[in-house]
Amino acid sequence: MTKTVNDFIIRFANVNGTGSASANYLFAKAIFRMGIPVTPKNIFPSNIQGLPTWYEVRVSEKGYLGRREGIDILVSVNPQSMAQDIKSVKPGGYFMYDSTKKLPTPYFREDIHYLGVPMMEMSNEAFSDPRKRQLLKNIIYVGALAKLLNMDYSEIEKLVGEQFEGKKQLIDANIQALKLGMDYVEANFDYPLSFHLERRNLIKDKILVDGNTACGLGAVYGGATVMAWYPITPSTSVAEAFEHYCEAYRTDPETGEKKFAIIQAEDELAAMGMVIGANWNGARGFTATSGPGVSLMNEFLGLAYFAEVPAVLVDVQRTGPSTGMPTRTQQSDILLAAYASHGDTKHVLVFPATPHECFEMTAESFDLAERLQTPIMVMTDLDLGMNDHISEPFHWDQKRKYDRGKVLNAEELEHIGRFGRYLDVDGDGIPYRTYPGTHPTKGSFFTRGTSRDEYAAYTEDGAAYKRNMDRLMVKWETAKKVVPKAHLYQKENKSEIGILFYGTSTFSAEEAKDILEENGIIVDAIRIRAFPFGEEVVQFIHSHSTVFVIEQNRDAQLRSMMIMELETNPAKLIPVLNYDGMPITADAIKNQILKHLNLENTQHHELSKTAL
Amino acid sequence: MSYLKPLFRHPKLPKNKLGYTQKEYEGSLSTLCAGCGHDSISAAIVQACFEMSVEPHKVAKISGIGCSSKTPTYFLGNSHGFNSVHGRMPSVATGASMANKDMVYFGVSGDGDSASIGMGQFVHVIRRNLNMVYIVMNNGCYGLTKGQDSATADQGSRSKAGSVNPFQAIDLASLAIELGATFVAQSFSGDKQQLVPLIKAAMHHKGFAFLNVISPCVTFNNNPGSTKSYDYVREHIEATSTLDFVPEMPEIKTNYEKGKSTRVAMHDGTLIQLNKLATDWNPEDRVSVANALQHARTKNEILTGLLYVNTEWKDLHGTLSTCSTPLNKLKETDLCPGTEVLKEINAGYR
Ligand SMILES: Cc1ncc(C[n+]2csc(CCOP(=O)(O)OP(=O)(O)O)c2C)c(N)n1
Ligand code: SF4
Ligand SMILES: [Mg+2]
Repeated sequence: MTKTVNDFIIRFANVNGTGSASANYLFAKAIFRMGIPVTPKNIFPSNIQGLPTWYEVRVSEKGYLGRREGIDILVSVNPQSMAQDIKSVKPGGYFMYDSTKKLPTPYFREDIHYLGVPMMEMSNEAFSDPRKRQLLKNIIYVGALAKLLNMDYSEIEKLVGEQFEGKKQLIDANIQALKLGMDYVEANFDYPLSFHLERRNLIKDKILVDGNTACGLGAVYGGATVMAWYPITPSTSVAEAFEHYCEAYRTDPETGEKKFAIIQAEDELAAMGMVIGANWNGARGFTATSGPGVSLMNEFLGLAYFAEVPAVLVDVQRTGPSTGMPTRTQQSDILLAAYASHGDTKHVLVFPATPHECFEMTAESFDLAERLQTPIMVMTDLDLGMNDHISEPFHWDQKRKYDRGKVLNAEELEHIGRFGRYLDVDGDGIPYRTYPGTHPTKGSFFTRGTSRDEYAAYTEDGAAYKRNMDRLMVKWETAKKVVPKAHLYQKENKSEIGILFYGTSTFSAEEAKDILEENGIIVDAIRIRAFPFGEEVVQFIHSHSTVFVIEQNRDAQLRSMMIMELETNPAKLIPVLNYDGMPITADAIKNQILKHLNLENTQHHELSKTAL
Repeated sequence: MSYLKPLFRHPKLPKNKLGYTQKEYEGSLSTLCAGCGHDSISAAIVQACFEMSVEPHKVAKISGIGCSSKTPTYFLGNSHGFNSVHGRMPSVATGASMANKDMVYFGVSGDGDSASIGMGQFVHVIRRNLNMVYIVMNNGCYGLTKGQDSATADQGSRSKAGSVNPFQAIDLASLAIELGATFVAQSFSGDKQQLVPLIKAAMHHKGFAFLNVISPCVTFNNNPGSTKSYDYVREHIEATSTLDFVPEMPEIKTNYEKGKSTRVAMHDGTLIQLNKLATDWNPEDRVSVANALQHARTKNEILTGLLYVNTEWKDLHGTLSTCSTPLNKLKETDLCPGTEVLKEINAGYR
């Protein structure tokens, strides 16, 4: 039997709402604590209780964090999905199931191994409380896996202790359940399995956290004081994280006074209105939502763009259109967000790829929004937002100051001549603003969505309107220089072929790049981190003859934006797509790239033939 | 287009406690139709703020879209204003208020803006008891889009084009009371005597102060048969007596003039009655107010004046326990937990 160390995929098939989440998390976290790169993903239905849910854990010594096809070990605790689950195991893989009930014969496959553990029976014997039986059954399979995969038991024990700190009875029950699983394996199976774990030191100071928590925390560090939101999967936990950390760090322990205001609005229109009102009045306000919410916010986004009011919006994308697959991931709001609202509008987007970047970019978005006096949208997605990811730790420079942008105070107003809210004083397209309440007689102005002159007076003079629209384009040019720069994977180009990606397509794209290299195909790579695209993006595209644009939507949305904004020849931008609601895999990327390259070769070949 | 008014100031213009003349509280020259009710409401706001010696820059004016929502340009020129989007003024006002609790927020809306497209936000801003003055300039029609019926048009009311409105009217004052608004008043744009003190009282109220002001549209809904007709209401408005109380909150109800009413005969024979508050009225008892409004409606009367006031309920800032310093004045040191805390947070994710 070949041994595969620290490189496999295990999938847990559970029933939604049966407490499997914490057992599965315990399993993944223990591997993380063993110093081994691990990527857990929840695959869950739009349902609170009863439907199948899966938890997939990829273990990768090489540190690949993207999803990979094929399941090596399946842990089945859901009879409902069992037939499908058995089929999903790779030949040579393992199928662990609850053998309290006999496995029906049609479920037998010749090419996989079966590991029957009577989890329910053992749990029923050991524990009396029905709810506990249910929960601890899950811990029993963790115990069994600990033995089978050669996990470090002390790490699991420590984690249980941390989770139930101070609750001795619970700790004891969990330990008992773990032991039951381990003992059963010891008595009945050969262990460890061909797929197993060995302790490493590959994690260093990295953290394991989800992107939504990072966005919420980033907003706390970034100085957001007003948050308005409307519940929608997968963005809700951004608001929850913001509230959690505000309660912890912004609440006076004695008086209970809060240095923040969180409003659960009546809908996303209202949420965006509140954010705009707060920012207009000099507070940093933000919202978090998903595609349907962004749709509703369109009118307000146009107002904020045109009236030049800062705003920050975290869009945790899910599978559209409409309600689509609300619990599945996609990068399909890119076009919607970039050109949200009627009339000529364009918005600044940032694309985090890791929790570290979710934190940093959310915080930075408040600076960008105030610097540029425009909405900034943080484009994350369900995969990044709701799944735990190994990430660089959060970083904050103690000396960091908020960039509040061009705001005149009372004293400055005294010393300038006539204040013109929409005058381009500095030539960068960004005018000066004042907060309400600054000065009794100077600096007040009227904010409106209708056209106005440089002094904010209403006008329907076409020339004044056009001047304003042109200035907004000057500001757009300024934005290109201040938004996060794209990340280049090479100092100098090594190939005619480039790959380009953003957000959660990153992990699999990086892996695909390595696989291609192993196959003798060298590609250059760039990771886009913001829209509008900076000079480095233009350079990358111009200096490659073919650029594969990797993204998770049907319409190759970012590619369209590149064609529109950079006047690139569409023929050289080749879409590489995945839009089935699951995170894109390295194999899918590699296959699409190879298919295109092979096709290209044959075409060239035939061309040369005809030339002869 | 808005025009700046001439800066000439008469040397003998009276000054308020802050040394400002009424001019300092005016805005640009109105571009509404001559005689539009909305302009009278703007003038009442100017007068109320002048007389109360409000610091003009400590007021923020926020509106939606409509002729009514244009008016913030025409009053308080030294205050910041925000003409937002149709029906969404309440949310913008909510965000603004959250940012700075130390200012007075004037929300201006129309009946289309509040009773149709913005109904959701109207309802929810009441529910949260946001500390603001919310004025609906109610003309029973969509002025800016040229006179379509609005949801506050009375059933049977005749439009300029001659059609009769078949639908029930939404009664914003009753609705506000039902929803728990903590200050509800009703008035008429032509009754400045009543309107000015009501605005003052509303500004004194800590919580959501709603003023439903009938404000006829001279261009599209001033025709015979319209129950929001301006001419006939105005003819009788003097007879509805004055409401000249000083708006110190505890005195409001004691200085109240009771039981006066005015009947307005419409061309089609309908009678409209503008009442000051009736005798069996307790402005602090929601049930009695709701009853009185229902009774008035069955008699085709419009009750005006201060209908209901509740000073006990917390406003939104109180409910959220926000700190006494306005949120927009907080600095990095107040807001950012810092590097050391972040190290601890990181450790929690290992
Ligand atoms: C989303 C949207 N839909 C429609 C309009 C067109 N519109 C402008 S004002 C208005 C009605 C205004 O009526 P009301 O609020 O009663 O104000 P009034 O003009 O009567 O004072 C409408 C429908 C708009 N501006 N925005
Ligand atoms: S159309 Fe009606 S509401 Fe609009 S300004 Fe003219 S009179 Fe006033
Ligand atoms: Mg109207």
